[in-house]
Amino acid sequence: MVGLAKEARARHGTLAASLTQERIVFGLTIVALAVFSLLLPGFFSRQNLLNLARNVSVLGIVATGLAIVVIGRGIDLSGTAIMAVGAAWAVTLSAGGTPETLALLLGLGLVVLMGVANGLLVAFIEIPPIFVTLATGLLIFGIGQFVLIRTLIVHLPASASFMPLLGQSKIAGVPIQILVAAVVMILAHLFLKYLRWGRFTFAQGDNIETARLTGIKVRPLLVGQYVLAAVIAYVGGILLAGANPTFSISVASAGMMYDVILVVVLGGVSLGGGSGGMSSVLAGTLLIGTLINGMTIMDVSEQWQSLVKGFVLLLAIVLDSALHPRDEETTRQNDI
Amino acid sequence: MSDASPLSLSRLQRYWPSHLVGEVLAKPWIDSVVPMTVMVIVLLIAQMLIPGYLGLGNLVSVSREFAEFGMVSLGMAIVVFCGGIDLSVGGVYALANLAALYLINVLGVPVVLAVPIVIVLGGLLGAINGFLIGILKIRAFLVTLATLVIFRAAVNLLLLNFASQITAAYTENATWDFLGIGKIAGVPTNVVVLAILAVVLHLLHTRSRLGWHIQAVGGARRAAHHAGIHVRWSIFSAYVACSALSALGGLFYGARQGSIGFDTGVGLEIAVLAAIVLGGVALGGGRGSVARAMAGAVITLVLTNVLVRLGVQGGATSTVLGIVLLIAIGFDVKWQKNRHKILQKAYVSPAFLKLHTPPDIKPGSGSPYELNDRLRGAEVLALGLVDGPEDVILDRQGRLYTGMRQGWIYRFSGENFATRELFANIGGRPLGLAFDRDDNLIVCVSGMGLYGVKPEGEVFKLTDQTNRSWFSIRDDSIIRLADDLDIAPDGKIYFSDASVRYDLHSWIFDGLEGRRNGRILCYDPATATTRTFVSGLIFPNGICMEADGRSFLFAESYGCMVSRCWIEGPKRGRVERVIKDLPGIPDNINRASDGNYWLAMVGMRSPVWDLALTMPGFRVRMVKRVPRDEWLAPNLNLGCVIKFAADGRILDCLWDGARINNPAITSMREHQGWLYLGGLTSNRITRIKLDRADPAFVGPVAYWGAPRIAGSQAGQPA
Repeated sequence: MVGLAKEARARHGTLAASLTQERIVFGLTIVALAVFSLLLPGFFSRQNLLNLARNVSVLGIVATGLAIVVIGRGIDLSGTAIMAVGAAWAVTLSAGGTPETLALLLGLGLVVLMGVANGLLVAFIEIPPIFVTLATGLLIFGIGQFVLIRTLIVHLPASASFMPLLGQSKIAGVPIQILVAAVVMILAHLFLKYLRWGRFTFAQGDNIETARLTGIKVRPLLVGQYVLAAVIAYVGGILLAGANPTFSISVASAGMMYDVILVVVLGGVSLGGGSGGMSSVLAGTLLIGTLINGMTIMDVSEQWQSLVKGFVLLLAIVLDSALHPRDEETTRQNDI
Repeated sequence: MSDASPLSLSRLQRYWPSHLVGEVLAKPWIDSVVPMTVMVIVLLIAQMLIPGYLGLGNLVSVSREFAEFGMVSLGMAIVVFCGGIDLSVGGVYALANLAALYLINVLGVPVVLAVPIVIVLGGLLGAINGFLIGILKIRAFLVTLATLVIFRAAVNLLLLNFASQITAAYTENATWDFLGIGKIAGVPTNVVVLAILAVVLHLLHTRSRLGWHIQAVGGARRAAHHAGIHVRWSIFSAYVACSALSALGGLFYGARQGSIGFDTGVGLEIAVLAAIVLGGVALGGGRGSVARAMAGAVITLVLTNVLVRLGVQGGATSTVLGIVLLIAIGFDVKWQKNRHKILQKAYVSPAFLKLHTPPDIKPGSGSPYELNDRLRGAEVLALGLVDGPEDVILDRQGRLYTGMRQGWIYRFSGENFATRELFANIGGRPLGLAFDRDDNLIVCVSGMGLYGVKPEGEVFKLTDQTNRSWFSIRDDSIIRLADDLDIAPDGKIYFSDASVRYDLHSWIFDGLEGRRNGRILCYDPATATTRTFVSGLIFPNGICMEADGRSFLFAESYGCMVSRCWIEGPKRGRVERVIKDLPGIPDNINRASDGNYWLAMVGMRSPVWDLALTMPGFRVRMVKRVPRDEWLAPNLNLGCVIKFAADGRILDCLWDGARINNPAITSMREHQGWLYLGGLTSNRITRIKLDRADPAFVGPVAYWGAPRIAGSQAGQPA
């Protein structure tokens, strides 16, 4: 026992052990910030930094929802579709004369339904979450495009007040978007750290069979996670819809989902489940925000940006796999 | 079976092949039935919705599109076989398309050279995936998601720079056009290429080492690793093959279209994934075939093609594909999970069986089977040293041999058989034993077949398969339950294979089924071949050669009968009943010293059991509705040993009233005035002194004549 304790202390003491992925990413963010500040004129200004944060706040919010699912060893590829379609439907409804509050609540109801659908398919039909959400993502987008909204671009009505307030106004010079993102992340953090279901999510992500055997009701928990992810994505969607007079649901199909996964994986929320937290999401969001901001200032074309993001994503996955190697004992055969 | 009773549905039921349902469900190809049916239905619906859809002209034009899609599906199928997934196929497809057009249009590379370059390029892209997934063991879904992003970004970047160049440099090229729009014997070139590829891949998948390795890795990764398969390189090569095939698809697309757009190959991964899952290729690996992947591709392509023809918007097609994918995967998951449950319920298929009225066994009834307690005084040997001595046999030297549940054969010798030796380790479950002319111990091994042990203990295999019968659905060339044997004077070995439908661990269910599943096989040492000699028997068990060597007697356990089967003369192969109404379930038969035969009974019949056998519907309901451990089972707690004459007269009957030493007797051997008894579930061997027996009788001598090996009479009983 003494030996083990000593060994553990020794391991914790080494520099390598203290280099968690999260810390590395924070470090890289600081390096990137420093480099861009030195090289790019106007980068290190209050205005640009707020801009940077504002630009990635929606990304951070959707990533928060995804992170909760990923911690439970799932994945939600339908997040951006839920975000876009839910918000766009609320906008369409309020443009059609429905009071804004009611429209927002109806939108909330819709995304809860979508989350429940994801959760039921994963928990009860037992389809791997990757396929469930891949398919429901397409399905939700299709329903939005052809049934609920019938167009790709929606216009924010003049009568709307709450959505523009969230999307465009500032408190003490800080855009509300950033504040909302911060609140969502803090709430998610509290949920994961202090609520029973949050702790259970970690247990389930570590080993779902063990979690089930210890008496956790895994199936309702799974459904809850997907609903939570959907609702959080919806909040992001409202921010996005409120930010501009027009809102296109094609954001969902334009590779935003890859960015969301990138943020989550980059920060150290392992896809193997059971590890990471909100600080990881924050780290990933900030690094991606900095990179995108820097590249935009440098006038890098969108194609090059997505190439860079693709490589960073690949790098993040490789890093994740190196730091959290697949546990062959708990890996299920069809875990792909 | 000769009892006259009115014809009823139950009686007719025996002719109804209900057992085939379970056997068909157990076949691996059953998974293909659903996709193939769906394919046919989809094609018919397409014909109904769009008149002339199945016409030759339309088929040719649709099949051109299909060929490219089919190549990518083949690639994806290979990756899925090994338990992976490749989302980057669309990116590779577009890159290959671009590369092919650039090479041929702009650089003027000859087509013959451009094709291998593009395929190698695809292989290299696949090597990236393969390296990350196979060698570094990173999750396939995310790796290929990332490489998809990268490949697509690369395509878009390259297109910005080269699109106008490619379009401007367009020139006529006969070879290139032949690939794109040419025909071979009326069939589009790319379809011919796809057909060849499919056949080759099918052969590689089912018959090559690499194909088997990939299947093994997909089926059970860890087990494959332990079996010495290079898991990492198998996965690596699967991804290389997948990307190479996708690249080929992109190349043909380029040849056909001659141009490139930003949307080339977008969403291809979803469509291809839907295709192969629809075809019944299991995600997660291990199950699937090339043919099924192709069937799935046909379904998906016809589905989207029909939707486009009916004027559905492009975006809606991918929505429909999403739904189809979801349904297909949901069905696949549930099918994989519940298949064995369905099979378990459908497999046991009780048949009608009417046994003859059993004779009375009550004391004082005057029946030859009257209960007595003559085995009570039996001498107990090897108590606690044996585990399930199903058969016992003594050699010329008087040493006692018996098979163990663990797959061993023990030999007991010396004073009171006190010395125990491990004679041989065969594996399987040794059951019936017999000595051949050369003193080799021939053993029926359940689950393995017929084996022999030389006197010095060396094990050799005689046979493990027989001829497969025509129209058998379940492979009946396998010897599942070799039970007992005897050897004819000419050296041919006749042995019973109790059931072609059940293994030893579920032999009770064969009784529950009451079906004629058993057979007697004959191994001919002269030609080293095994043929089925008699089939259609109800759990044939004990076999004993008659003294003249022209026929043998055999017991059918669940038929409660003893019969004679002729092996020589005009009646060769014919079976005639000797005892048709045993009161119990017979097991082994062996010779007695007075020219008669001993028969062991492992359990007794009961009126409830007999009645249930005549009510197949009742047993079907029981099997389907009641948990397995509460099924009705034959009584295997009390048994006896009888002696009968060759004409079927019952001469003697020995019961064990205490039921401690000999609860379920499966075998007995007479040796020098003693009768040795063994039981399938016993932990001891017992022997009893016989009153009017030849004290010089030794089994191998009775069979093969005077001893050829001069040995001491070890183990001589006191």
